[in-house]
Amino acid sequence: MKLLLSGNEALARGAWEAGLKVACAYPGTPSTEILENLAKYPEIDAEWSPNEKVAFEVAFGAAIAGARSIVSMKHVGLNVAADPFFSSAYTGVKGGFVIVTCDDPGMHSSQNEQDNRRYAKFAKVPLIEPSDAQEAHDFVKIAFEISEEFEIPVLFRMTTRISHTKGVVKVGEREEVPLKNYSKNIQQFVVLPAHAKIRHSILEEKLLKLKRFSSETFLNRIEKGKNEVGIVTSGISYNYAKEVFPDAWILKLGMPFPFPEELFKEFIKNVKKVIVVEENEPFIEEEIKILGYNVEGKKYIPLCDELSPEIVRKSLKNEELPHPEPLKSVRRPPQLCPGCPHTGVFYTLSKLKAVVTGDIGCYTLGALPPHNAMDTCICMGASIGNAFGFEKALGKKFSKRLVAVIGDSTFIHSGITGLIDIAYNKGSVTVIILDNRTTAMTGHQNHPGTGITAKGEKTKEINLAELARACGIEEVYEINPYDLKNTLKTIKNAMESEKPAVVISKAPCALLKEARERFKREKKRKVIEEKCLGEKCKACIRLGCPAISMVNGKAFISSLLCVGCGLCSEVCPVEAIE
Amino acid sequence: MKEFNIIICGVGGQGIILTSEILAIAGMESGFDVKKSEVHGMSQRGGSVVSHIRIGEKIYSPLIEKGKCDFLLSLEKAETLRWVHYLKKDEPVIIVNDIEILPPLVSLGLDQYPERIEENLKNITKNLYIIPALKIAEEIGEPRSANILLLGFLSKFLPFEEKIWEEAIKKNIPQNLIYVNLEAFKKGKNLIL
Repeated sequence: MKLLLSGNEALARGAWEAGLKVACAYPGTPSTEILENLAKYPEIDAEWSPNEKVAFEVAFGAAIAGARSIVSMKHVGLNVAADPFFSSAYTGVKGGFVIVTCDDPGMHSSQNEQDNRRYAKFAKVPLIEPSDAQEAHDFVKIAFEISEEFEIPVLFRMTTRISHTKGVVKVGEREEVPLKNYSKNIQQFVVLPAHAKIRHSILEEKLLKLKRFSSETFLNRIEKGKNEVGIVTSGISYNYAKEVFPDAWILKLGMPFPFPEELFKEFIKNVKKVIVVEENEPFIEEEIKILGYNVEGKKYIPLCDELSPEIVRKSLKNEELPHPEPLKSVRRPPQLCPGCPHTGVFYTLSKLKAVVTGDIGCYTLGALPPHNAMDTCICMGASIGNAFGFEKALGKKFSKRLVAVIGDSTFIHSGITGLIDIAYNKGSVTVIILDNRTTAMTGHQNHPGTGITAKGEKTKEINLAELARACGIEEVYEINPYDLKNTLKTIKNAMESEKPAVVISKAPCALLKEARERFKREKKRKVIEEKCLGEKCKACIRLGCPAISMVNGKAFISSLLCVGCGLCSEVCPVEAIE
Repeated sequence: MKEFNIIICGVGGQGIILTSEILAIAGMESGFDVKKSEVHGMSQRGGSVVSHIRIGEKIYSPLIEKGKCDFLLSLEKAETLRWVHYLKKDEPVIIVNDIEILPPLVSLGLDQYPERIEENLKNITKNLYIIPALKIAEEIGEPRSANILLLGFLSKFLPFEEKIWEEAIKKNIPQNLIYVNLEAFKKGKNLIL
């Protein structure tokens, strides 16, 4: 059967076919759809975990216990999960264990473009890299087999253009795989130094075997060509190389680490010169150079940003296809949606001229005009620790101008420990939890604060206010961010207080059903032109609502976009919006 | 072997992903290899959105190379300009939804909405079609069907059978909106400019 599937959908389908039992993930673009799709299969126990480290540990535990398991995350998620990741290479596994990392070259939705192929070498595990959705589907099955044969976790690397490109995929059916027998073995699974020493040697032996395997497996292949130049490539870059050099000899690496040395030696017999075409880091290039061969790659191909066929063509052939000259459009960065519950909070923070340490989520957009209400955004959960650092550096008085903002899902992911630090170490920072009842930016995934599981079942709902109190925060407030007056008053009081405070801004994301139902009962807003003060006022424009623009010197509200949240009526000084 | 390289662009929330999905499925069901690439996440929230759809015998790169795009279907006027340099030099087709969506940066006075869009596009190709899709869609009672109407217009240039288009639309549109969207598709297909 043939289906049009994205790389993520195809990977999920392939894993299901491979008899997968346990799947864990924390949402993160471009990886999110893998678990979303796995959760649809009744045979698979799929969960949204509080963060990538927990996700990793649960899936890893299942693999120690003998089940085929998978953990998926975006590239920076593997930083969070790095601790158990490194240990897992030493202990090895019983059931097949696949770690999926979805890297984001070009940083379409990320804070960096770290190349996680390096993690495979660093942690000493085999690396598999598909080039399209069909390969994602096919290779993940092989990944489980390799993992079981060599008793080692396998790093499966996707990138945005593989994860989010849909292609025609030939799919199969599920084959059940029995559990491996679990038996207690503390020399293997208790990483006491004495045990780990032995495990390290065992791991090195495994890598030698995997190196031989790498030259034999069909994941790595030579494609015959006509030219004297040979191209070594992997992942998405393979497609760009084929596009620009349809007749070249190609060494296509589906398993770039351990590097297939013997196959490479075979390959170079056919060509005079070898070029490595790869995105971001010179990972393959370095592997070849270590072997003592003189190859080129990053000398021509840029290291920064994602590749494209035209970049490969320009870099290696110094030519471009004829095309029209670019034309200047208008800047159109992403923005908070109409009716977004974050809007009122950022409008308020902007008004208070607060120093804001931010975090990862839709609300990072609060950094942009018109709010300009963010000073830092570093990584998941960093807002709270960063704010406390500001206070330590600049003093308690400065701290009265300071707030940390963090989303509900991000707070659970890695904000709680930061909050404990503030209470424990006598800080006075105000933390605003933007609780929009979902993981919004990645497309609305449930989390422990929503009371619904990845499978859509009801479960325990974590109470953020009680949690904050339990961490040692005495001043905890809950606000409705559509009530601007109270929002301003509460945040101001919290900031001025000598004690640390948590303000929970609680309202569902405007795109959630609950919010849409509520908005349906509201009227869409309209500007009374005669009353509108126009250009000299622009109070409503400063909300940053996409539905509001200035047309012919007066405010105009698009009836297509307005949801009726009413914030604009609240901020208009002359009641010109009804 | 003929290849069709199509870019669909517009503003997040306009239904670009859905429109390109229908196109890609029609391509696949017509027996072609298909790749369709777009970026999710941060790029959606009212920002500029683009989808590359490539249909042919064997497709490698999911991204259309600059200079290889045959058709540019734009759901918003200024967004058209952002992608014209992907078009091939030789008589590309540009289809534009005749609406302007002002980004807040314009209202804030931080940027300007481009002028003389039509004129600039005419300099690129004689195959320029600016279509009041929203107006026609409103006339048939469903403004949200404007995309499908434009897709119907694009379908004139592609060798896929009517029945395959219909099935692809039915598969991707909610039950209660299928009829009106099929009508929009036909309107677009029969549009004479």
